[in-house]
Amino acid sequence: MIAIQTRNLTKKFKEKTAVDQLNLSIEQGELFSLLGVNGAGKTTTIKMLSCLSKPTSGDAVLLGDSIAANPMAVKQKINVSPQETAVAPNLTVKENLETIAGLYGSGRKEAAKKTKEMIENFELSEVAKSKAKTLSGGWQRRLSIAMALISSPQILFLDEPTLGLDVLARRGLWNIIERLKGKITIILTTHYLEEAEALSDRIAIMAKGRLKSVGTAKELMLNTHTEKFEDAFIALATESEVS
Amino acid sequence: MKMLAFTARNRKEILRDPLNLAFGIGFPLVLLLLLSAIQTNIPVSLFKIGNLAPGIAVFGLSFISLFSGMLIAKDRSTSFLIRLFASPLSASDFILGYTLPLLPMAVMQSIICFLVAYFLGLSVNINLLLALLVLIPAAILFIAIGLLAGSLLTDKQVGGVCGALLTNLVAWLSGTWFDLNLVGSAFKAAANALPFVHAVEAARAAVAGDYVSIFPHLLWVVAYAVVIFSLAIYVFNKKMRSDAR
Repeated sequence: MIAIQTRNLTKKFKEKTAVDQLNLSIEQGELFSLLGVNGAGKTTTIKMLSCLSKPTSGDAVLLGDSIAANPMAVKQKINVSPQETAVAPNLTVKENLETIAGLYGSGRKEAAKKTKEMIENFELSEVAKSKAKTLSGGWQRRLSIAMALISSPQILFLDEPTLGLDVLARRGLWNIIERLKGKITIILTTHYLEEAEALSDRIAIMAKGRLKSVGTAKELMLNTHTEKFEDAFIALATESEVS
Repeated sequence: MKMLAFTARNRKEILRDPLNLAFGIGFPLVLLLLLSAIQTNIPVSLFKIGNLAPGIAVFGLSFISLFSGMLIAKDRSTSFLIRLFASPLSASDFILGYTLPLLPMAVMQSIICFLVAYFLGLSVNINLLLALLVLIPAAILFIAIGLLAGSLLTDKQVGGVCGALLTNLVAWLSGTWFDLNLVGSAFKAAANALPFVHAVEAARAAVAGDYVSIFPHLLWVVAYAVVIFSLAIYVFNKKMRSDAR
């Protein structure tokens, strides 16, 4: 079953076209990566799909609901872990999780139960009572993803989830993301090509707002006659300049 | 339920900032004690506790703008705003969520001010309850100013505008520190055109049991509160949406 279907999804900022006629189809349970250099349109695409920004034209249907016609229904099914760490600094880890559960409609008891589950699943118990602002970058990212999952979303948007983390923290988050594969649909944006290659079922490469190619890492290498995924990415991301 | 969760988060964020408590409660109380000490040594009718306490209560409320403005500006400057906008919170949930936690804080601030004033000689009667009610429109006005400032400015700018400029404006133009008749007609006209002196006069009238004098002053405050709050809601919705893009 299809989780996300975009139809000519377009976003313009005055003269600049940030996303141009994007047509994508993403299956339920898939881990789908959006790759591209800065300004390629990845974050704008995620903002439109998560109803943070209205498309200039076109539409996207997420699990049967249109982002243009019924954004509130879409919001109830999705959650986002934004590019920068997004936590309430003066709240503890536990309170941050309870707050997000509440924002998605959980009552006090249900929020407490879900929080307990998240603290166990994400191994956050040692910092559960610490204020979020006192945590290291790695712990904050881990909390940020737990906050995105506490509403039991069917679609999760992870925007640069490992940006700026050290190797150990990044690998820790990879493990968490891998555990989610198949259970929910995940849309991942990243600048780390090895991350996309290791985690993704399929990868879309965008450049200047346009979709250049979609496929598995192997398919993209095959299509571009390259042996390394990085070479395939460069070939596709710079295609318009070369041609 | 969604709005209540947001309200609880905002209340905790504000109350856990020690600077908020120091400025919102501590600073006005220090002034109340200081000006009362001056009154003891050099009697000035303006600093009689029945005149001074309502003025300090309004001055204390001006810090509420700083609390609400800083919280909103900080949310705008971090990705936490994106998380909030991606959630199924409605526009009214946002406005109420940022406003409601501040109202009980404002009432508590005024209660603490009157409680300290009681120990300095203010008589406790039903009029103090009335004064607390009369101060509510002023509290809403200051919350609205914070909402507006937080929607338009960065957290540093909010600190300057609400923490320094607004509190000084309230101090100078409210008739709490000096008699406005002493500083010339232009200054007095400017003060009378703004709501702060009216908020103080309405609260003074309530404390004195001069019920007839409350309404004309309160009307100014209510009118300002309605206009600024409406403007704040409009700007908040417009600015926050554009920030999320």
